[in-house]
Amino acid sequence: MANEKSITLEINGRRRETTITANQTLLEVLRGLEYFDVKSGCEKGDCGACAVLVDGIAVDSCLTFAATLDDRSITTVSGLGKGEQLHPLQKAFTEMGSIQCGYCTPGLIIAAKSILDENPDPTDDDLRLGLSGNLCRCTGYTRVFDAIQSAAKVMRDGGEQG
Amino acid sequence: MLAEFEILSPANLDEALELVASDATGNVRPLSGGTNLVVDLRAGGEAPTSLVSLCGVAELRYIKIDDGRVSLGAGTTVSDVLKHRDLCTLAPALAEAATVFAGMMVRNTATLAGNLCCGSPAADLMPPLLALGAELQLASKAGQRVLPLDEFYLGFKNNQLQRDELITEISFPIPPKGATNAFYKLARRKGDAITVAGVAVAVEFDGGICSAVRIALGAVAPTVLRAREAENILIGKALSSELIAEAAAQAIEESSPIDDLRASADYRRHCVGVLTKRLLTNALELKSQGNQ
Repeated sequence: MANEKSITLEINGRRRETTITANQTLLEVLRGLEYFDVKSGCEKGDCGACAVLVDGIAVDSCLTFAATLDDRSITTVSGLGKGEQLHPLQKAFTEMGSIQCGYCTPGLIIAAKSILDENPDPTDDDLRLGLSGNLCRCTGYTRVFDAIQSAAKVMRDGGEQG
Repeated sequence: MLAEFEILSPANLDEALELVASDATGNVRPLSGGTNLVVDLRAGGEAPTSLVSLCGVAELRYIKIDDGRVSLGAGTTVSDVLKHRDLCTLAPALAEAATVFAGMMVRNTATLAGNLCCGSPAADLMPPLLALGAELQLASKAGQRVLPLDEFYLGFKNNQLQRDELITEISFPIPPKGATNAFYKLARRKGDAITVAGVAVAVEFDGGICSAVRIALGAVAPTVLRAREAENILIGKALSSELIAEAAAQAIEESSPIDDLRASADYRRHCVGVLTKRLLTNALELKSQGNQ
C-alpha cells in the first residue's frame, strides 16, 4: 500500500515497531496491536472513550494520526498499574461503583490520571472541567468523582504505584 | 479507514511554507491538532492528497506578553492558554472561551490557528479575540502580512488565507488598566457542546466615559462579527442602563442567526440581547467597584 511507513511507539513501557499508513489513527494502530483497552466510541472527539496519554498528555487517539507520533510514548489504561497491582484510580473505580457498562471507563481513568498529574488535590469543578470530554451515560458521574477524589487522596498520601 | 493521503512532517516553518507553496493542485492541507480536520476527513468532506503536519514546528507554539502586546503562536493549544495564568488574568474573555471549549483531550491538541481556520461561526475563541482587537500574522515564502481578525472572514467557512500561506501568530494589545473583557457561551452544557450564541465584550474607560468598546458575536451569523453600530452607541458616553439596553437592542439588529437543531433564530436573537446587556452591565459594575 502506498504511504506506508515504519514507526516506533513506546506503548506502556514496551517499544513496538509497526508499519502503518499515513491515514491510520493512533486508535486504529493501538487496537491493531491488540490494545483492546482503548475503546472506539464516537470517532469525533466528543466521547473520550479512546483517550490515551501521549508523553503524559491526554489526547483522543481517534483524532491523532499515528504517523505524527514516531518515537513517542503512549500510555493506555492497562499501562497504569504495575503488573497485577492496580493503579489507585483503577482500584477506586472498581471498588466504588464507578463502573457500570464500562465502555467509557478506560478514557475516564486516563483523563483522571492526567488531571491528577497536574493537580493532586482537585475540586469537583476541576474534575468537571477535566472530564468535559468524557461521556458516561450510566453513572451520572457522581461515583466517578467519588473514585477520583478517593484515589487522589491515596496518591497524595504516597500510595501511587503507577 | 480514511481515504489515502500522505503526511509530510516539516521540521520548521520555512520547510512548512515550502510544502504548502508546492501545492499546485489545491489538495495539500495543513494539519495541527487535527480535531476538526480528522472529523471532516472521516465525514468525506475533504479529499487532500497530502497533509503538512505542523506538529514538529515547535517555533509556532509560544505565549509572549511584552512590548504592550500579547502574542500567541499559531500552534498554541487551547490548554496552553488555560495554563498561562498571566494570560488568563489579562484576557478573562479568552480564558472563559478556553474553559468551555470542547473537552480536555481536544483542548490539549486543538490550536488557535486551527480554530481560526475552521471558520465556523461557533468557533469559541473567535469572539474573545475579536473583542480583544486581535491581529493575525500570515506568512508565505514571499513574506509576511498582518491582517486584523475582523477582516479575516469573507463568509461562512471562507477566509482570506491563501493556499501558500500559514497563520503564524495571533496578537492583541495588552488591555489598558481599568479595561474589562468577558465572554459568555450559551450552550446546552458547559462542556463539549456547540455554542447556541456567544458574546464577548471588551470595554475601556477614560474617567467615567467609555472610550473604546468592542462587542463580538458568535454563532449568530455566517461568521463571527463585531456589532459595530452597537459599539458606536456607547463610545464617548458615560454608560448607563438605558444606553446599555439601547446597545443590546442594536446588537440584535446586527445579528442574522439561523434556525437549527440547537436553537431557533428567534431564541438566538433574544440571547444576543440578553448576553450583550449582561456583559456590558458587568463591565460597568466592575468599573464602579474599581472606583471605590
